[in-house]
Amino acid sequence: MSDIKHTELHEEHAEHDTMTRKKIWQVFFVLLGITAIEFLIALVMVPKGIISINIANPVYIVLTLAKAFYIVAYFMHLKFEKVGLMYSILVPTLFIIGLILVLTNESHHWVDLR
Amino acid sequence: MSTTAVTSPIDEVKTTPWAGGRSPFSVEYGKMMMWFFLLSDAFTFSSLLIAYGALRFSATAWPAADKIFQSVPGLIEHGAPLVFVGIMTFILIVSSVTMVLGVEAGHRGARKEVAGWLIVTVIFGFMFLGCQALEWNHLFHEGFGWGKIPHDLKEFFSENVTPSATYTQQFANLFFTITGFHGFHVFTGLIINIVILINVLAGTYDRRGTYGMVEKVGLYWHFVDLVWVFVFTFFYLV
Repeated sequence: MSDIKHTELHEEHAEHDTMTRKKIWQVFFVLLGITAIEFLIALVMVPKGIISINIANPVYIVLTLAKAFYIVAYFMHLKFEKVGLMYSILVPTLFIIGLILVLTNESHHWVDLR
Repeated sequence: MSTTAVTSPIDEVKTTPWAGGRSPFSVEYGKMMMWFFLLSDAFTFSSLLIAYGALRFSATAWPAADKIFQSVPGLIEHGAPLVFVGIMTFILIVSSVTMVLGVEAGHRGARKEVAGWLIVTVIFGFMFLGCQALEWNHLFHEGFGWGKIPHDLKEFFSENVTPSATYTQQFANLFFTITGFHGFHVFTGLIINIVILINVLAGTYDRRGTYGMVEKVGLYWHFVDLVWVFVFTFFYLV
């Protein structure tokens, strides 16, 4: 029993060596950079008309998904876990994508009913 | 009996990941369960945010975010759109970084370093909650609330949009509900972090031989940050 626990811990330690302090700060600056770009778009480009709001909205969502990917993969360590765990968590989130698509469609229909 | 008898396949002890006796994903039980809880919480928050999106994009008019959120409570009254929420986002992202640095120190068994990073994380967490409280207070003063909206709505809509009381109320209700639910998660996350911090200082995890508990609460804290990233995008940017 204790052998199994020790083996598990050892495996975990071996995997976790891949997230060094340097990598942590690198990911932080990536997140900061993406956030800065979002603010640049929201406060400068859209008001000045350089980018229309209809293009900016999908861009925000893509950038936010990028941030989400970095947080989940590196800070939450999912990238370094066994691939089975990664799929167990990520595949069900496809339901969320499905819900977004369904309700976007619905809301376009609701506009006509208002 | 022959000592070199070959065991039949059915009697062999299997050591493949799914053969039993250990975690198939090579993670401890608590960590796997934390991941599944976070998945369920992601569904809850997604439902709320997607409902917001569906209502907002089916509305004939909707208050403009940069008209409602343009103050820094206590410092600037008007004309600073998105500045305060930018500060809040920065605070939470930094607290996520300090949390992961604490987890990394835990892998090296550096007890004092873990405690240090956890303390910084908790401080930043309280700063975020304080900012959220200031934001709510500012909005309450302007007349927003659950079931309440200001008298004069013109200043919260874009120039060529007719103000609508119905949709302003929907916005206010959803804003306070979703940010409140998120703030509740931040608060519980802080309580949990403090409990773990006390355990770190007491040497519980040195005795146990693993700082896995710090890693598990770290997952919860990152999830809280992740949700904020989405809330920020859908309420303040889009």
